Amino acid sequence: MDTLTSGGGGREAGPGRDEPGPVTCSASVAARSASAAARDSYGRLLALLAASTSDLAGAEDALADAFERALRTWPSQGVPANPDAWLLTVARNRLRDQWKSAGAQRVVPLAAGHDALAYIDDVDVDSIPDRRLELMLVCAHPAIERVVHTPLMLNTVLGFTAEQVGRAFSIPPSTMATRLVRAKKRIKAAGIAFRIPDRADLPARMTSVLEAVYGAYVIDWATGPQDRRLPSDALPSDALPSDALPSDALQLAEVLATLVPGDPETRGLAALIELSAARAPARLDAGGRFVPLAGQDPSAWDPHLISRAHEHLRAAHARGQLGRFQLEAAIQAVHCARGPDGATDWPTLLTLHRILQSIAPSLGSGVALAAVTAEVDGPAAGLATLDALLEEAGQRARWFQPAKATRAHLLDLLGRSEEAVAAYESAISLTHDTAERQYLEHRRARVAKS
Amino acid sequence: MRYALLMHYREPAEGEISEEAIEEAKEAFGAYGRALESAGVLLYADVLQPTAATTTVTCREGGLQVQDGPFAETKEALAGVFLLEVPDLDAAIGWAEKCPGAQWGFIEVRPTATAFVDGAWTR
Repeated sequence: MDTLTSGGGGREAGPGRDEPGPVTCSASVAARSASAAARDSYGRLLALLAASTSDLAGAEDALADAFERALRTWPSQGVPANPDAWLLTVARNRLRDQWKSAGAQRVVPLAAGHDALAYIDDVDVDSIPDRRLELMLVCAHPAIERVVHTPLMLNTVLGFTAEQVGRAFSIPPSTMATRLVRAKKRIKAAGIAFRIPDRADLPARMTSVLEAVYGAYVIDWATGPQDRRLPSDALPSDALPSDALPSDALQLAEVLATLVPGDPETRGLAALIELSAARAPARLDAGGRFVPLAGQDPSAWDPHLISRAHEHLRAAHARGQLGRFQLEAAIQAVHCARGPDGATDWPTLLTLHRILQSIAPSLGSGVALAAVTAEVDGPAAGLATLDALLEEAGQRARWFQPAKATRAHLLDLLGRSEEAVAAYESAISLTHDTAERQYLEHRRARVAKS
Repeated sequence: MRYALLMHYREPAEGEISEEAIEEAKEAFGAYGRALESAGVLLYADVLQPTAATTTVTCREGGLQVQDGPFAETKEALAGVFLLEVPDLDAAIGWAEKCPGAQWGFIEVRPTATAFVDGAWTR
């Protein structure tokens, strides 16, 4: 930090001086380019920087310095042709400074521009092996406390801040930040290496990685920017909050599937994320209003993503090992198989939901099971299933929006108007998404009138 | 990196373990030691006498205090120390798993912070 604030860095002819293209640009263009690089490359750059030392905190500091320097120098010197290579080189030079670590060197301006940066366009970041899987495996190492695996991966691999991760896990940001710092210190001190474990150890380690990717997919939904935060279209037939456009989770799931093509759950997770993403374009109508799954136009779904997902599911199925993510993906596949006549294969869905609830019970899958039960055996049976589930879950279910929304819908179908209005109200109070809230308000108003 | 594998287990009462079982354990430790040595990772290995043979010394309260027994009575006691030089935690865990003591006790895997080598504390 002191190197960068010493004044040398900003004035010297630094990176980008030999670049073709724009010589200068506005601060806002530079800021946009830097934030695009941050979003797309953060985890990749961090993994490369930390791989040899297992020092995540040091790598984060170096990368933060590189971003800060980018914001100061790009407006006057132009955005480099290859921002990732620029950031990687500057951050590596920072790390080298840290290693030399003599106090005097820390106040000398960064020498980055003199050697490596002259060849910055020759640094082909894409040709460097992706070390994000190693990073994820480090985060999910058995020597790291279980509860911090997912937060750590979201923080380091996907670049979510401690505050965002804390919010998603309903933990105060300061507590989350402390946990993350402690875990990073432990990775370095205990000597947890950035490497792919033996084949024998890999499956167990992969399970935690998959859960973290799934976590990324859900956290996007909960805290993403407005244009990425899409409503849960499948209510009430599918109460899982699985409706973001999680490009990071999608990307990570694809990387994982490439690395361990024989792992059926990795394939299942990739399929699950793709099938949800495929339906994104149909979730809002032209007026930005929420369209429930039953009302969506299947021709608006992304056929490429759906067929890619089917490839994953076929490959997973060939291994003959059923798992949670494969089941969730199969459920999404049945929804996506709905023909132009709108007929959904509810009995198959019910079977899949029952198996899912028996091998990987959760509140979300339980609510979805109740909703599908209602489709097959009628709303009374669905409500009975739901209420049994809620009673068993107790306090845990109190703030679970999909449970409230589904309950309201079932009461509505049963003609129990007063209770339905009250249930809609409590669902609305728990709904953060504007389009979905408007949809629920519309439903409540209709019940109230009838 | 240097790791200490600290072997902890409940100390058996005298005569609790048959001669045969003791022989088996000795053979297992023998094989383990040879494996560590041939892999070139062993710095030293010591299996300790029972805590009954322990004497604890402190000067914390001012003068010298010498006490019979360990500084803390625990159900599981430190029973042996293996010092290894291996690349990372996974390798250390791999050796801890193979330690015969893991069959009936616990192996604490702990990286060393600094070691006195050639006349100086080094990292």
